[in-house]
Amino acid sequence: MTVFSGNRIKALLLHLALVAAALVTLFPLFWMVSVSLMPSAEANRFPPPLLPESPTLEHYRILFSRLSLATYLLNSTLIAALVTALSLLINSLAGYAFAKLRFRGRDRLFRLLLASMVIPAQVAMLPLFLMLKEMGLVNTYGGVIVPGMASIFGIFLIRQYALSIPDSLLDAARIDGAGEFRIYRTLVLPLCKPILVTLAIFTFLGAWNDFMWPLIILTENDLYTLPVALANLLGEHAQDAELMMAGSVLTVLPVILLFFALQKYYIEGLVLGSVKE
Amino acid sequence: MKNAMLPANPAFWFVAPALVLIAVFFFLPAAASLFLSFTDFDIYALGDLERLRFVALENYLRLLRDPLFWTALKNTLYFVLIGGPLSVAVSLGAALLVNHRLVRFKGLFRSLLFLPVVTTLVAIAVVWRYLYHPRHGFLNYLLGQFGLGPVDWLGDPDWAMPAIILMAIWKNFGFNMIIFIAGLQSIPTRLYEAAVIDGANAWRQFRHVTLPMLAPTFVFVTVITMIGYFQLFAEPYVMTQGGPANSTLSVALLMFQEGFRWWNLGYAAAVAFTLFLIVLAGTLLQLRLRRGAI
Repeated sequence: MTVFSGNRIKALLLHLALVAAALVTLFPLFWMVSVSLMPSAEANRFPPPLLPESPTLEHYRILFSRLSLATYLLNSTLIAALVTALSLLINSLAGYAFAKLRFRGRDRLFRLLLASMVIPAQVAMLPLFLMLKEMGLVNTYGGVIVPGMASIFGIFLIRQYALSIPDSLLDAARIDGAGEFRIYRTLVLPLCKPILVTLAIFTFLGAWNDFMWPLIILTENDLYTLPVALANLLGEHAQDAELMMAGSVLTVLPVILLFFALQKYYIEGLVLGSVKE
Repeated sequence: MKNAMLPANPAFWFVAPALVLIAVFFFLPAAASLFLSFTDFDIYALGDLERLRFVALENYLRLLRDPLFWTALKNTLYFVLIGGPLSVAVSLGAALLVNHRLVRFKGLFRSLLFLPVVTTLVAIAVVWRYLYHPRHGFLNYLLGQFGLGPVDWLGDPDWAMPAIILMAIWKNFGFNMIIFIAGLQSIPTRLYEAAVIDGANAWRQFRHVTLPMLAPTFVFVTVITMIGYFQLFAEPYVMTQGGPANSTLSVALLMFQEGFRWWNLGYAAAVAFTLFLIVLAGTLLQLRLRRGAI
């Protein structure tokens, strides 16, 4: 009996701690939404109000009418979608080959790829910029997309998953006379669907949230992605907290919705990606 | 003689697109970075390649004499060495809490705590800038409730980096939390049962079962957190522009400013390559230490 009630107190404390942690974690997001609905300068009062007295969508209207947020939204969506589609194809081909096809130097090559994940992306950025400048890709969608079309992490994730495909299945298809590409298209892709969804979310979120590279490669306003546009807006509208919050909501909301819709895949992929052989 | 160039192995066509892209857009530029760092590539060379000169180690020597580089390095190490362990500790704490056998609604709590990870850093940095506002920011209001004086979070050189660390922990802890939860769930329960039979209390179970069994997860989490934290850029870029008094200037931000603001690409490449060497050294050191510990 005493053990039982001891457990109940413990469970209560644990849940209190978790609720407190969740409240602290969610507060900045809640406050972002709340302030975005306040009339100008209301957030500058002290003590800061938690909820808007008379909620307004004024700032969202300004963002779309005067500050061409729709353009940035479109840019971000287009870039993230294209990076996702292209990298899914390219990484799944390579990931499957590293798992199931035999070729010379395969394992050594794979180890080399994994080891090079220590190289920070910034190391490549300066020459990459010069290279893309020569190719005429600075300030184009291509300049943002091309370097993201293949990723070592993506190849790794697909490979880990494809390892579990039974060889007998692939051999049976080969005996039936199917070519390697046909096997890939009709057998491997459907079998890998869960991990492809996972990789798609990872890639989409990564491309959507990326800041440094688009900041470097996009020089003209009308090609900016949301994060770049937002950082730029902050330069001009830093005093207008409510407007900046509305911009933040519009930048963050799509990825939060995507995460909630597909969180199962995202979290499974995260776990799979962290369990190296 | 159909096509002499056609590789016989179909695997070639599977890996070639990815490998070519990675080679051209990652390995080649990374290697070129090393070459660039031995040249005086600047805005004049950008207009006319004839002006490019090989300067051997001059950029690196300049780096060693540049107080700005040492400041950036010191700030980055501050962020990595204080922010990194704190972030890992918070992740582990959250994982232990969410994963506790008495906790219900595990999935819900896990998702809510994970939410900041998927958000866009720039947007979040904007939000935290206002939370940190010295006069009408929420954080100082909270401190006031406890009778503490206001802190000029992003305006005081002593507080700016702690403020960035606090935000980074909030943003990132969920990622490692998930990995720790997976690690915790892979520990066989019979180990805990055996410990209970031996009379081990909760702390001793944690110390002698959980921690050793989590060691591989720890290695992974610390290494990726460190690599990520060394690349500190967007937080100071959006929140402080490296200020006040360069107290949040990071190595990556210095590289960006030298390279893409002043177009000192040779010098910036030396900064980038030094960053890589430091990350590499840190990673190898950690792998070595952990290998010794297990």
